[in-house]
Amino acid sequence: MLRRGDSDPETLSVSVQVLTLSLRRSNHCSLVRSMAPASCALCQNAKAILKRPKTGQQICKDCFFYVFETEVHHTILESSLFKPGDRVAIGASGGKDSTVLAYVMKTLNDRYNYALELFLLSIDEGITGYRDDSLETVKRNQQQYDMPLKILSYDELYGWTMDAIVSQIGKKNNCTFCGVFRRQALDRGAATLNVDHIVTGHNADDIAETVLMNIMRGDIARLGRCTMICTQGEDTIKRSKPFKYAYEKEIVMYAYFKKLDYFSTECIYSPDAYRGHARAFLKDLEAARPSAIIDIIHSGEAFEVREEVKATQKAQQTCIRCGYMSSNELCKACTLLEGLERGMANSVITDRARKKINALGPAPDSLRTIPHYRSPLPVVSVEAPSHS
Amino acid sequence: MSSDTLSLKIEFGGGLELLFSNQRIHNISIPASVPLDNSITSADSIPPADVKQADVTFLMHYLRETLLTERPELFIDNGTVRPGILVLINDTDWELEGEGEYVLKDKDEIVFISTLHGG
Ligand SMILES: [Zn+2]
Ligand SMILES: [Zn+2]
Repeated sequence: MLRRGDSDPETLSVSVQVLTLSLRRSNHCSLVRSMAPASCALCQNAKAILKRPKTGQQICKDCFFYVFETEVHHTILESSLFKPGDRVAIGASGGKDSTVLAYVMKTLNDRYNYALELFLLSIDEGITGYRDDSLETVKRNQQQYDMPLKILSYDELYGWTMDAIVSQIGKKNNCTFCGVFRRQALDRGAATLNVDHIVTGHNADDIAETVLMNIMRGDIARLGRCTMICTQGEDTIKRSKPFKYAYEKEIVMYAYFKKLDYFSTECIYSPDAYRGHARAFLKDLEAARPSAIIDIIHSGEAFEVREEVKATQKAQQTCIRCGYMSSNELCKACTLLEGLERGMANSVITDRARKKINALGPAPDSLRTIPHYRSPLPVVSVEAPSHS
Repeated sequence: MSSDTLSLKIEFGGGLELLFSNQRIHNISIPASVPLDNSITSADSIPPADVKQADVTFLMHYLRETLLTERPELFIDNGTVRPGILVLINDTDWELEGEGEYVLKDKDEIVFISTLHGG
């Protein structure tokens, strides 16, 4: 076991690099496979139970827990993600990544005295047999981790569940709706909780996959942003990804060895085939060379996005209907909601189709809209409402 | 002879159980000697040169032929588990145990976990 005291950040990041180098060397002799149970490369004491994809090291269970948690701790320190007293919402889906994130955030907050107030924030998309089950997992996590939980539903916010949306538009564009609605719902849920920060469980594999997808789509402006550990629009709540450098394999192994309670069923409406191909491709690369994931993230980070490319991102304004930040008069969620309400949801996906809907005249007054968004202003009063 | 069969505990997790009748734990028995080509025919009827000790690669084929109920391509790909599925042999990463070449013993516990489902 590593001793708990010797965690000077610089020493550790240096040692991580050294370990990476030793991996490269050991790869050459990976054909010589020892069948005897190897002992841990870190403590030399216990039986190794895991080969780290990042470094090739064979380590024991206790050392694995410790290095996994410590690397997340260093990611947090190096990016100065939090300051004492921050109120932080963990975007919790009940899946493996956010479940492990909640557990690790709680562990680190206690171990290193971050002095954060942690909350669980879940979005209920209204998908029978999928989200209702995963929300049960989040509710158990709330008990297990003793954190306040806020659940905000699409139904409550938009007046539409995903089940109802799919029954109107079919299964073709539903991921577009779900993605736009979820993003805004998370911000709104966070505003209700009056938090400073949302952390999400996006891991290194997810980020590498997004880099690949942005390259394949030619979306260079997004490529520049997708590897950022922390994003903050002028009017949105800060969001960050403490698992940016954590491999999916280790997250799943961590959940397995800690016996964490998570939910793992594919969304019944998720035919995002393009992302599926990108993921399969990435997993094939990883099988051939485990460092591929970190290498792709580094490639994404290394792209210098030219100013004229950045300029094509429209200036941000405020949605005239709901007050949420937007690059057009109407934000994406209001546009999609109007399409649903007027029974022409599939035609609001593209700009051209949007012109068609505009030609029908202004939205009727009876149209259901999203409640006005109050962006979280710097809190002046010291007393936060005691209920959550 | 009892030594001719191996009792194994198989566990599926991370959504992989959905391919196996939505049942996480399966207790199975397999022959200790199996065909070299991983087919699930009896090893008794084939020449000794084409027989091997049951290993994890055989187990995967056996599970595909006997327990898997849907979408086999999500389990086995190119003769091994699909990338993104983790395998543990007695709670140790199979990468430390010789992967598919690990020779099974009686009472071994093999866990397959998909990493591909949900976040
Ligand atoms: Zn150790
Ligand atoms: Zn709006």
